[in-house]
Amino acid sequence: MESYLVDITLILDSTVRLAVPLILACLAGLYSERAGIVDIGLEGKLLAGAFAAAAMSAVTGSAWLGLLAGIGAALMFSGIHGLASINFKGNQTISGVALNFLAAGLTTFLGQSWFKRGGYTPQLSGDQRFNPITLPFANELREVPIFGQIYWELISGHNIITYFAFIAVPVTAWVLFRTRFGLRLRAVGENPKAIDTAGISVTLLRYQALIITAVLVGIGGAYLSIAQSAGFNNNMSAGRGYIALAALIFAKWRPGPALLVCLMFGFLDAVQFRIQGQVFPIIGEVPVQAIQALPYVLTVILLAGFIGRAVAPKASGIPYTKER
Amino acid sequence: MKFSTLTKAVAGGVAFSALMAGAAFADAALVYDGGGKFDKSFNEAAYNGAEMFKAAGGAYQDLEISGDAMREQAIRQFASRGNNPIVMPGFSWETALKTVAPEFPDTKFTIIDTVVDLPNVQSVVFKEQEGSYLVGILAAMKSESGKIGVVPAFNFDLLEAFACGYAQGAKSVKPDIQVLETYVGTGFEAFNDPGKATEVAKSQLDQGVDVVFQVAGGAGAGVLQAAADAGKFGIGVDSNQNHLHPGSVLTSMVKRVDVATYNAMKGVEDGTWKPGVIVLGLAEDGVGAAFDDNNASLITDDMKAAVEKATADIISGAVTVHDFRTDKACPSL
Repeated sequence: MESYLVDITLILDSTVRLAVPLILACLAGLYSERAGIVDIGLEGKLLAGAFAAAAMSAVTGSAWLGLLAGIGAALMFSGIHGLASINFKGNQTISGVALNFLAAGLTTFLGQSWFKRGGYTPQLSGDQRFNPITLPFANELREVPIFGQIYWELISGHNIITYFAFIAVPVTAWVLFRTRFGLRLRAVGENPKAIDTAGISVTLLRYQALIITAVLVGIGGAYLSIAQSAGFNNNMSAGRGYIALAALIFAKWRPGPALLVCLMFGFLDAVQFRIQGQVFPIIGEVPVQAIQALPYVLTVILLAGFIGRAVAPKASGIPYTKER
Repeated sequence: MKFSTLTKAVAGGVAFSALMAGAAFADAALVYDGGGKFDKSFNEAAYNGAEMFKAAGGAYQDLEISGDAMREQAIRQFASRGNNPIVMPGFSWETALKTVAPEFPDTKFTIIDTVVDLPNVQSVVFKEQEGSYLVGILAAMKSESGKIGVVPAFNFDLLEAFACGYAQGAKSVKPDIQVLETYVGTGFEAFNDPGKATEVAKSQLDQGVDVVFQVAGGAGAGVLQAAADAGKFGIGVDSNQNHLHPGSVLTSMVKRVDVATYNAMKGVEDGTWKPGVIVLGLAEDGVGAAFDDNNASLITDDMKAAVEKATADIISGAVTVHDFRTDKACPSL
């Protein structure tokens, strides 16, 4: 019994670590899509953020400056996205895809010309990374059965970005549904004309949304390169931006469910790592391919069977033009 | 007047680059596999080999590709420019090479890690299982928990050969040792995902593993990092990675891709290059376990003696290490 508890705690611990970049990217997408801007470019922003964070941290030796650089890079990308899709009323999907290509090429190119390691940044260590934080009393409580184990293993011992990601979820819910800014943000994604008629700038609101998006996804990128790993390598976002978008649709553009969906994706991966090569009672050893496919199969089943229709914000993807 | 100066300059530039193109004739060429030139692993070993060739007076050009679509184009371009030989490390080049090699019958191609049976192709393959057997012995002797792990990028024959040799080596010294095998992903993209590799390694370490062997190229940095963070041991692959986390990387299974690259380039220069299959194992010094200052404190005399004995036994034929690729099965895992 005790050992099962330990196993479960460890898997949940791993779930949390795997889910953090997804949660941040998913919330980022939530702000921009709620404001009416489809952000396929999340993947690229995540990658650019990861690169800038690792590069800055390698040069200055400070993870915090790295984090700022990660946010900065994502802001720049968001700026381009905003310029193309808000001011010039371009197609948002195309501009997002372009950003993804730009990020993949640019990070490798800059990495190569700055560090001469084929796009990799130097290995980071010590203060160049966000290291695990031990919460108060974690060590003292460790011996307490069940609760102590859970507190020590699952709740304590993560890095600061992880805690930030989990706090960002209720904050987002509050901002979106309890503040005037949130109401306007949602309105601009549903019916920008009404917002415009009320004398509020659609452009400004959408830019504000993009800025929040960039900050969140930039932090997510920094998590990848300077918290979870110790350095940047080519294409290290490995599709997480797209998974975050899928999670967003899954969660019907709501912060609480978004958290659950991201945790579910993380959990399925964590379980998948854990049960590879394990021998089960009755069934025996399951082929590894079947286990690796499990997260995807479950996603399809859940999406088809339980989620129902997911309706996007009405004005999402449509540039706003005043009638003349 | 100004205009004509400019024209002259342009003409001069064109003439100069034509001259350069002429000079490049018969230089060797090296094209890297996905993961890139400085992956601290496989590709970097090839680069080091080419640099050895350069230091010995040769010349070469190299290219990194950004996607599978570039493969054919990359080697065709080098071949049509007259580069000779064209060396490509990585089994992923196989399809592209099969298309391009017949178009340039006079150009010599060397592919590392897989066999392409064409009259102008030299294929260099390694007995990865033999080197992995040695690091398996070290892992088993170092392990206190009786559990060791291996993290291949994904389920693939070549990577399985590493894992299988490792398990066999470990079991040769501790028959009851448990070997955990966990894949990072399902395809080539797994070589680029150190985040997931870290998580996979952590999952093994959580289960009591205290030595992890990474067979995941660039993503493997995550495995070694996780082991170092946990105060456990990692084992590097392809290049000597002992220096990445001194005191935590137990050893590295080195594959002399550098020697293979150097030999191919030098062979063409000396006229000794031959098409066909070259197999490099322990006997040819093609694979092995890395010992240097960075891991000297981790390796006891007993461990070293065991490795030396196993090396002698494998070379003499007293011990045969199973090759996963022959029957797609691993008796020790």
